Amino acid sequence: MRPNRVVEGSIHGFFRVLEHTLESEDLARRTGLLQSLDPRVKLLGFLGLIVAAAASRKLEVIGAIFALASVLAVCSRVPLRTLVIRIWAGAFAFTGLIALPALFLTPGRPLARLPLLGWVVTAQGVRGATYLISRVETTATLSMLLVLCTPWTHVLKALRVLRVPVVLVVILGMTYRYILLMIGTAEEMFESRRSRMVGRLEPKQARRLAIRTAGVLLSKTMQLSSDVYLAMQSRGFRGEVYVLDEFAMRRRDWTWLALFCALGAAAIWMGH
Amino acid sequence: MHIPDGYLSPATCAALYASSAPFWYVALRRVKRLLSTKLIPLLSVFAAFSFVVMMFNLPLPGGTTGHAVGVSIASIVLGPWASILAISIALFIQAVFFGDGGITAFGANSFNMAIAGSLVAYFTYRAISGKCAIVSRRRVFAAGVAGYLAINVAALLTAIELGIQPLLFRDASGAPLYAPYPLKIAIPAMMAGHLTVAGLAELILSAGLVAWLQRTHPSLLSATAPGAAQTEAEAGGFGWLAIRPLLVGLTALMLITPLGILAVGSAWGEWSPHDLANQALPAGVPHGLERLSSLWTAPFPSYSPPFLRSSSFGYFLSAAFGSGLILLAALALDWVIAARRRSG
Repeated sequence: MRPNRVVEGSIHGFFRVLEHTLESEDLARRTGLLQSLDPRVKLLGFLGLIVAAAASRKLEVIGAIFALASVLAVCSRVPLRTLVIRIWAGAFAFTGLIALPALFLTPGRPLARLPLLGWVVTAQGVRGATYLISRVETTATLSMLLVLCTPWTHVLKALRVLRVPVVLVVILGMTYRYILLMIGTAEEMFESRRSRMVGRLEPKQARRLAIRTAGVLLSKTMQLSSDVYLAMQSRGFRGEVYVLDEFAMRRRDWTWLALFCALGAAAIWMGH
Repeated sequence: MHIPDGYLSPATCAALYASSAPFWYVALRRVKRLLSTKLIPLLSVFAAFSFVVMMFNLPLPGGTTGHAVGVSIASIVLGPWASILAISIALFIQAVFFGDGGITAFGANSFNMAIAGSLVAYFTYRAISGKCAIVSRRRVFAAGVAGYLAINVAALLTAIELGIQPLLFRDASGAPLYAPYPLKIAIPAMMAGHLTVAGLAELILSAGLVAWLQRTHPSLLSATAPGAAQTEAEAGGFGWLAIRPLLVGLTALMLITPLGILAVGSAWGEWSPHDLANQALPAGVPHGLERLSSLWTAPFPSYSPPFLRSSSFGYFLSAAFGSGLILLAALALDWVIAARRRSG
């Protein structure tokens, strides 16, 4: 029997998010180079490298940042399988598909001609597609490395160094927790429906199922918001929020911060 | 529609962060003032809801499936400012923790989906629903249109941002440094998917959720329906008063119809045999077109009744006549439906 895409597809999506979350938490607990650094250093350093990769006008510089990110991943014991499947293959498939027509559509010096179709591949098209793919691969590797090697609560607290208001840091932390809770709730609702199905849903029934599930989730959302608010009030919440500043910079953190700054500045200077 | 890192230049990203910042600031201040201590739990939980609802596979007519953003329902339940914050938070978590959308492009994604999307959805919903009852079917229609428009405006902004990249940022050899397609490719490519699949997903989710809320939790629709009656009976049914803003707008549009006369030439594909003859086609006017064009003679050909000398007044009269016919047809349909309900 052909599976129902609304149920199966949604459940698959929920499981994938939960799987990624568990994998990230597991990796962040391991001992490795990036795991041992202060989260603020990683946040600032990686942001600098992402901006450098985005600003660079030279493929060699983008390639060097990509190589650096790969070395950091290996030193932080991030499995090659995670790098290849979760980051590189996904980014390449998505961006490659988008960049492919640029080979023929970008005007420029003819480089080759497709045998049967006769379409002309231009040098500028190849270069433009390479820019896009290499940039996306590099920035995706850097941003995922930050999350894979840092507990998410630490990433959020590190945002304070960028002057993000404390109230937003608290909201982001709570949102992340409730996302996992609601994914669990939605997954249970779809699972309970799946366990009662013996045939295939008609498209109209499937649409109604999706809308009803979203509606119930919305009702639960509003109920949960009231419950959380009452619980916060019972603990004495009066509107002021605080975040414990538990980070302490050590000598090696300062060294790595200086290294990241130097590498980022050099990449921006050389890539211009 | 989530733009990843690397597609937009740092300058574009910075400009869109700068454009989003005032909206975030105003939204945070307004929502803080309205919600006070309720702000944190409400925004956290609703942002989580938006995130999860974006993962729902919605079956669409035609056998395909699509994902909605949920921006319209957030605007309808929370209002535009809280919706801006809730959707921005959901987008931030998607970008940072799940790699969906870029960190440098977060300002752009928020500007397109959270800010423009929320404002378009809210004002469209308010304009169409007016002060009709909370349980009125017009609110379902309004939510659907709001969702469809919001997602398409967001897609258009995304396409423009991507489309200006090759115009502004190229290397010495002329190769595009970021998104490689110009506006003439980026806009149709982006809009084709959103006018059909993604727009439809947002329309179905928004309209479906509002219909569901009307039956189960109508109070959740009250925040963005000030002065609306709870039931159709309280509102006095579907009266002319309720659609007065729409009638005023319609009249204003009728009054400016003579502006159409200012345009020269004929609309592409709407040629009459006379227009084609003037274009001196090599093969002459197609025979079939000439034969079929005389099958029906309209009473007001080219929106110009033959008994009037003034073409401006003729245009206005045609607009009034056409609108009147549509209103009459709607009233007749309403009467038939009401009669069937009474008999059933």
